[in-house]
Amino acid sequence: MQQEENTLYTVTVYSENQVGLLNQVSIIFTRRNLNIWSLSVSSSAIEGVHKFTIACRTSKELIEKVVKQIEKRIDVIRAFYYTDDEIVYQEMALYKVPTDAILESGKFEKLIRKYNARILEMNKTFVVIEKTGHCQETGQLFEELSPYGVLQFVRSGRIAVTKCKVEHVTNYIEEQEVRRVQESQLLCDCDI
Amino acid sequence: MSKMTGSQALIESLIAEGVKDIFGYPGGQIMPVFDALYDYKDRIKNVLVRHEQGAVHAAQGFARVTGKPGVVLVTSGPGATNVLTGVADAMIDSTPLVVITGQVPSQLLGTDAFQETDVVGVTLPISKWSYQIRKPEDIAWAVARAFYIAKSGRPGPVVLDFTKNAQIGSVDFDYKKCDYIRSYTPYPSIDNNALAKAAELINGAKKPMILFGQGIQLSHAEEQLKEMVEKTGIPAVCTLLGLSSLPSDMPLFKGMVGMHGNLGPNKKTNESDVIIAIGMRFDDRVTSDTSTYATQAKIIHVDIDPSEIGKNIPAEVGVLGDAKAVIERLIPLLENKEHKRWADEFDELNAIEHKKVIIPETKPEEGYLNMGEVVAAVSAACGDNAIVVTDVGQNQMMGARYSKYKSTRSLITSGGLGTMGYGLPAAIGAKLGAPERTVCFFTGDGGIQMTIQELGTIMQEKLGVKIIILNNSWLGMVRQWQELFFDERYSHTAMLNPDFVKLASAYGIKGKLVKSRQDLSDAISEMLADDEPYVMEVDVVEKGMVFPMIPGGKPISKMMLTTTEWY
Ligand SMILES: Cc1ncc(C[n+]2csc(CCOP(=O)(O)OP(=O)(O)O)c2C)c(N)n1
Repeated sequence: MQQEENTLYTVTVYSENQVGLLNQVSIIFTRRNLNIWSLSVSSSAIEGVHKFTIACRTSKELIEKVVKQIEKRIDVIRAFYYTDDEIVYQEMALYKVPTDAILESGKFEKLIRKYNARILEMNKTFVVIEKTGHCQETGQLFEELSPYGVLQFVRSGRIAVTKCKVEHVTNYIEEQEVRRVQESQLLCDCDI
Repeated sequence: MSKMTGSQALIESLIAEGVKDIFGYPGGQIMPVFDALYDYKDRIKNVLVRHEQGAVHAAQGFARVTGKPGVVLVTSGPGATNVLTGVADAMIDSTPLVVITGQVPSQLLGTDAFQETDVVGVTLPISKWSYQIRKPEDIAWAVARAFYIAKSGRPGPVVLDFTKNAQIGSVDFDYKKCDYIRSYTPYPSIDNNALAKAAELINGAKKPMILFGQGIQLSHAEEQLKEMVEKTGIPAVCTLLGLSSLPSDMPLFKGMVGMHGNLGPNKKTNESDVIIAIGMRFDDRVTSDTSTYATQAKIIHVDIDPSEIGKNIPAEVGVLGDAKAVIERLIPLLENKEHKRWADEFDELNAIEHKKVIIPETKPEEGYLNMGEVVAAVSAACGDNAIVVTDVGQNQMMGARYSKYKSTRSLITSGGLGTMGYGLPAAIGAKLGAPERTVCFFTGDGGIQMTIQELGTIMQEKLGVKIIILNNSWLGMVRQWQELFFDERYSHTAMLNPDFVKLASAYGIKGKLVKSRQDLSDAISEMLADDEPYVMEVDVVEKGMVFPMIPGGKPISKMMLTTTEWY
């Protein structure tokens, strides 16, 4: 049970591009007292459709209910939840460290190679290093850089794609177009 | 296409949606719309309430009796915040509303301008959809969408926040009704497999029970439900908001479940092998402790809202869809049956309740008047065919329990939110929505004072609402809990009240104070003699109790029949 409670789920939400949608989605987590572990919003492969990627630690039972309540919002097209083995996901981290300290260590090149990191900016006072990877990896680099005094550190929200061929939502949008006609009929029926 | 102001465009849009009555209150940021209304007097009637909370509850009452969205028109800031209670109430009770709030001009948004409130922000979590109209070109689109969303699928309140510049700007008006939104599936298609599974379970059941909620009324499925019950011989019970969907005297209708529901329905819930739940949401006032609720039963849950299925109680079979369509398609799959012995067991339990609770409540021989006996007498005098509106508290439970119903949409009450002050304005809306019917509103001395200013609306609109104040001089329901669960420590529940009949008379409304049993029936006759408003204040027993009762968190299989007796 304890195990169950603590699964990290990745929720993806496809929505229309409307003002205030982030708020609509996030209050559903708030109501259930769920902490959003990471969040990222961007456009999706489908024109005009926005995609939220939200990581949240909770139980399967609860995430299922939350996803249904997210889908209930009018401007949300679809929402799904995944465990880590169902998706390919990535995060990016930036580290700002003092130039002197890191150069004096003599480990700079080794670290960059070991972590497959990149140097984005270097000047007399600081170096900005970029590393993409899962949070364990970006976390490890943080540990290794810590002795030299990390001045600033930031990690992006998780982004993810599923391991299946198309975005789940593509078929759905096609189905919806078909529904259009039937729908108007039903509504007329219940008007009388 | 014709050129007009945004305010005119809004009103033309309402007319295009068939709106004839709205409930509103003017103010600075909605004045252009009220000004435009002046020219539409013959086509749209605004009921001028006395407080915006009154507007929204009146719109709810109107929507509940007519099935059409109730329309509310208020100003920004305080006007908008005054409607929030009603919006939240409509959301939890699935009542279709279109609430239009004025807003400061777009260029002032975010500047803490006079009477600016983030209306979309505060209404998002309590409405089905909430949208800010910032330019006149958006009006037709937004209003069309609002009506479609409010009334389709699981109905609910929609809020349109209408900036002043959009009200006064000019626009080429062209209205098209909305019947499709890509991201919204109001009527999910029904899964044949789920239907087949449901039918198999129902046909094989030994002790089946149908448990229906307001979904029956919302989807106009009363006839279909009746047919299903008659064909299968399955006893049917309902939630508070389900009441009146089936006539009270239908033999297979066995009453109401829940905290103050009937003995048979509650106890049998925990004995049924198959429960067919239709258009209801397993609220905690129905289930009490979920871990002991119907654990022996296989539950078939029919609902139009996917997020309801399995939300509170796991479903063996979830059937997603509109109740009417689902029942229509289910009926041919069901076998003609009788469950006589099983159905009779409900009656046996209800007979115990009748003897121990209902008879003493409705037919006492001496002492003060009881709430239940007043309600039963009013119901009978109306031929059991009035629209019953209640407030919240003991009066609500008594009003709902002791009224009888012949036709659907005859009980208007705040279920999910339990909003005191709901009743008087809701009765106004109900009477406007069904002017030909008698509207009897039961309220407490506490609740009526939360929106009592609406007597002014009744006076001005000359609405024949029959107001029955069941005055026990206490916040009765809270007092009942204090008696039962707080060692009779009556903390802040005693009420010193005004003379309600005099108050009514100040509004030009007739009335009578009834103090004794002998005077009751004459007063009721006088009240019902014409179609004018009337206030009947009845002094009822101070420390009356609503029984039976399942105390919060206790299993539903045992109900309190009196303070000391359980069954
Ligand atoms: C707006 C609001 N405030 C408080 C409550 C809590 N409450 C529920 S019932 C009740 C007492 C109602 O008293 P009264 O209106 O006199 O009716 P009675 O129970 O005596 O019939 C209260 C205070 C509520 N439901 N709604």
